[in-house]
Amino acid sequence: MSLDKEKIKHVAKLARISVDEAKVDSLTKDLNSIFKFIEQLNELNTDKVEPLTSILNQSLRSRKDEISDGKIREKILKNSPKKNEEFFVVPKVVE
Amino acid sequence: MNNITNQSLSEILESIKSKKISSLELTQAYIKNIENAKKLNAFVTTTFDQALENAKKFDNKPNNEQLLSGIPLAVKDLFCTENVKTTAGSNILNNFVPSYESTVTKNLWNNGAFLLGKLNCDEFAMGSSNETSFFGNVINPIGDHLVPGGSSGGSSSALAADLTPATIGTDTGGSIRQPASFTGTVGLKPTYGLCSRWGIVAFASSLDQAGPMTKTVNDCSIMLEAMSSFDEKDSTSINKKKESYSKNLKDNIKGLKIGIPKEYRVDNMPKEIDELWEKGKKILKDLGAQLIDISLPHTKYALPTYYIVAPAEASSNLARYDGVRYGYRSQKGKDLIEMYENTRSEGFGDEVKRRILIGTYVLSSGYYDAYYLKAQKVRQLIKKDFDDSFTKVDAILTPSTPSSAFKIGEKTNDPVSMYLNDIFTVPVNLAGLPALSLPAGLDKQGYPLGLQLIGKALDEQKILNIGYAFEKNCGYKNEIKKWWS
Repeated sequence: MSLDKEKIKHVAKLARISVDEAKVDSLTKDLNSIFKFIEQLNELNTDKVEPLTSILNQSLRSRKDEISDGKIREKILKNSPKKNEEFFVVPKVVE
Repeated sequence: MNNITNQSLSEILESIKSKKISSLELTQAYIKNIENAKKLNAFVTTTFDQALENAKKFDNKPNNEQLLSGIPLAVKDLFCTENVKTTAGSNILNNFVPSYESTVTKNLWNNGAFLLGKLNCDEFAMGSSNETSFFGNVINPIGDHLVPGGSSGGSSSALAADLTPATIGTDTGGSIRQPASFTGTVGLKPTYGLCSRWGIVAFASSLDQAGPMTKTVNDCSIMLEAMSSFDEKDSTSINKKKESYSKNLKDNIKGLKIGIPKEYRVDNMPKEIDELWEKGKKILKDLGAQLIDISLPHTKYALPTYYIVAPAEASSNLARYDGVRYGYRSQKGKDLIEMYENTRSEGFGDEVKRRILIGTYVLSSGYYDAYYLKAQKVRQLIKKDFDDSFTKVDAILTPSTPSSAFKIGEKTNDPVSMYLNDIFTVPVNLAGLPALSLPAGLDKQGYPLGLQLIGKALDEQKILNIGYAFEKNCGYKNEIKKWWS
């Protein structure tokens, strides 16, 4: 299969990345060559193969459901590009 | 203190313990080297003042019982360091100052080391040449026109140029072993789960693993011992007893069975790589190991599988960069969605965007079964190839890379040719196994080439032992002219 420009713009929308119109052509070319490479996998019949979902032969540990830290609001807000005293600030969402 | 910086970590540790040199003198020597090596562009951030203070603190009250007593270390800029900027080689994290320390770096500091600076890398560790970094490409000390490999290219360059006595990188598809091979140094990707992923900027969570990059195999065992640990904060961390890799290092490999997989060949592979592989086989055989031909039939499908799994996980991991909680935010856009789109477009470089788009596509509705599920099935086959082989052999010997270091700019216009560089390293990540890249010889241009030893899960000691014996009998020595200073 091949990816056309419209499809790529749609995927970019899903990924929340704006794509420069001037770059769409070269991006389409690159992605198509990558997908051509990836699609070598279709040579293999995998009907009877179980997908590998974890590389470890153990199930994931779960921790106790209890609070282990807290009162670190300042640390969490420290790197925010825009904040007021207690909150992250984003462009207006609701009119 | 003449030339202390071109010694191995273990030699330097001896000098510190016997007080032949102070930690302060050692740190000053590295700082001088780093200041003279700006051309290599290996560092994103230096922490000299902090390092000098830590060195003085050590000298005033030396504790020589630790694995890394009084040692300054530079680390890849993918490890979060408390109150020291951590960029992952990206514009989107250009102003990010973590309020916490990664488990792996914390382990190093708890073993007596301290931070010298943060090393350049491909953006979010996505690259094989260090050319995708927002902070510019790193130069290989082997030659001013050569890439140092990637993604841990700042690490390999700094180590080979004597700017740090040892270092750490991360390896998702070869990002420790390939740059080690390109610079004539030792690099180990540990078993998935041996070193905690907590506090490492995430790329592909089921593949990412931190590991040491050093000048010798002994150094590698010391670093691995210091950095590995069980960690409650990483749900995939393996809970096992800590091993003394350096104390248990042995060069007797008599009777070990070494697998030689016939699939580790590519079209147009330089003759020298085959010759090097032959040389490696002979060294191990002369040391009493038994060579056994094996087959890993799904090897050629490892890279296509990787280029589904890794971008899929990356697209999910990198969704967190939204310009709200940390990192870069675009000033353009009339609403929240446009702010996200512009932030991510301006903040990420081309290779990262490409991979996010691939990942988003293969996970999107209607395509999941055809790509992601298919890749997980092939990943199972690749793992089974290794499982089957390891019933017959103790370790596997292969070349580390299909070529020596290539020229800067040589592969940047063709993503697939860049990806092919990782053809021998990627299968190991998909199977979660440990693998060690060892410097083994030079090609006809005089550039280093490496051989790779792959082990069973959690069998690091064995591949380190084989590497140790190999190193003693290989006679490889990095002779790098310091053209940059």
